[in-house]
Amino acid sequence: MGKYSDNPAAVAALVQPHQVHKDTYIDAEIYQLEMRHLFSNTWVFVGHDSQTPTKGDYFTTQVGDQPVIMVRHSDNEIHVLYNRCPHKGTKIAIDRSGNTGKFFRCPYHAWSFKTNGCLLAIPLKKGYAQTEFNDSESAKGMQPVGAVHNHRGFVFARLAVEGISFEAFFGDSLSSLDNMVDRSPEGRLEVAGPPLRYMHQCNWKMLVDNQTDTCHPMVAHESSAGTAVKLFDAANWPEDKPKPVAMEIIAPFMSPYEFFEDMGIRTWPNGHGHTGVHHSIHSDYSAIPGYHDAMNETYGAEKAAEILGENRHNTVYFPNIMIKGPIQQLRNFIPMGPDKTLVESYIYRLVGAPDQLLARTAMYNRMINAPTSIVGHDDLEMYERAQEGLHSQGSDWINIQRLYEGEEDMSVEAVENGTTERQMRNQFDAWSRFMTMSMPNSEAAE
Amino acid sequence: MSITRDDIIDFIYAEARMLDEGRYSEWLDLWLEDGHYWMPLDYKQADPHLVTSLLYEDNFMLRLRVERLNGERTFSQKPKSRCHHVIQRPFVDEFDVEAGHFVTNTSMHYVETRLDEQFLLALTATHELKLVDGRLRIANKRVDLLNSDAAFGNIQLLP
Ligand code: FES
Ligand SMILES: [Fe+2]
Repeated sequence: MGKYSDNPAAVAALVQPHQVHKDTYIDAEIYQLEMRHLFSNTWVFVGHDSQTPTKGDYFTTQVGDQPVIMVRHSDNEIHVLYNRCPHKGTKIAIDRSGNTGKFFRCPYHAWSFKTNGCLLAIPLKKGYAQTEFNDSESAKGMQPVGAVHNHRGFVFARLAVEGISFEAFFGDSLSSLDNMVDRSPEGRLEVAGPPLRYMHQCNWKMLVDNQTDTCHPMVAHESSAGTAVKLFDAANWPEDKPKPVAMEIIAPFMSPYEFFEDMGIRTWPNGHGHTGVHHSIHSDYSAIPGYHDAMNETYGAEKAAEILGENRHNTVYFPNIMIKGPIQQLRNFIPMGPDKTLVESYIYRLVGAPDQLLARTAMYNRMINAPTSIVGHDDLEMYERAQEGLHSQGSDWINIQRLYEGEEDMSVEAVENGTTERQMRNQFDAWSRFMTMSMPNSEAAE
Repeated sequence: MSITRDDIIDFIYAEARMLDEGRYSEWLDLWLEDGHYWMPLDYKQADPHLVTSLLYEDNFMLRLRVERLNGERTFSQKPKSRCHHVIQRPFVDEFDVEAGHFVTNTSMHYVETRLDEQFLLALTATHELKLVDGRLRIANKRVDLLNSDAAFGNIQLLP
């Protein structure tokens, strides 16, 4: 035990209104406590139900550092189980996805389990006859996580058995997810292919912070977006030739500070928030033939215009995902250690919409989020330099003070200047609450 | 000019050497204007449009990529990366002199390094070449990484 375990006051002291201590990003004990508390007490994204469309389909992933299986049971419900055999601990599923039929069977001693986790059968059962096996924990089968909620296809889990409800945790922030789904003329999304997987040698919060950091694009992305603009200007592009797609996707990253100031940031309680309240880098995409008509047909012109008028840039669902409604994309920042994060970038098809929309979504993903993407290179370089720099003894604190005016109430929704760091402060407000609430002596942190 | 299998094979070797030596403008000139450099994400991926790829770049994107490598503010290239291709003799899968159309299949090991890090990728490159005005050009290039579904850090140069 070090200085932070069972010491909620010390953990809470890492977060001040205008700055946070570097230990939140680099300390191994803090990381362990995040896994035990923060990722247990909050609702964490697991997967999309279109990844397991038929009974017996499963998908393996992590909630925090916990390996889990998302599986569709015979009653069509989605269950989320710890990926651990109740016998000796063997991981039950190793493939990233598949279909297990009516039951899971452990490859070690062939205990088998229904797809809701219940123990189905054990070979040589009579060996347990005299042992009061039925009273053991193992007899219950594969353990489910504390709670599961499917919101319009997006499956979230809370590891803790007791805790905040899904509705109370997300509240009005669900409007961003809803908008992404409503953009389908059938009100439904489907995952399109496997995610891009990109390994980052930095803390998971670096990535989450960056989603609402609106003062970096024009600086860090000058090499990609800036060069795109320069190259295009120098090309004397003929009027009648279609503009390079890079100009629609990448060039807006070079928008000036004023653009980002004006676009606004909205924060919601519990660490959620989004950039792009009034407009965003997604606002000026060209129209796709047939799409507006399909939307008008479903929703009526007024409602369709309202749905498509939302161009939220990045919505952070605390703790560790970001979605982009206008381009149907979700990024999952999966913690792998204090200095290591796996990013999985998913794209979704708007069911009932023209394929051209999905083609743009796929293009965005590979141009911005791939380990081979020049835009991604710009960002990763900064995260890794920051992670290295934080280990220096030069200073203990990270500044998140931009547009801080004193005494912020994070329990209310707010809309502010788009370059504020309020959303980062909002995340840390939630961070210290969910980190400490289940620690012994948690009153001490108040 | 009468083209031989050796010419095709030499071309593939010459391209790899250009990349290793950072002769990018020369490399860009190998390409036909409407060609694509494709690096699928999925093993045996058939569609570059409706699922994600690691790369599917047209001429403008390739030029942007190259231009960026030399930029003053390209922080991820300070210091610069270097790469190294070791290639096995290409198979010439299609050899149609009449149509000026050739397809090769080449196994390679690609090494990229920057600072203290170095990584290795095993890959198969499929080149579609065309003879235009007596000169071989790349019509399309597809690179299948052996571990295309693995999580990578930055891959900054061109396998
Ligand atoms: S460890 Fe799973 S059946 Fe023994
Ligand atoms: Fe960025």
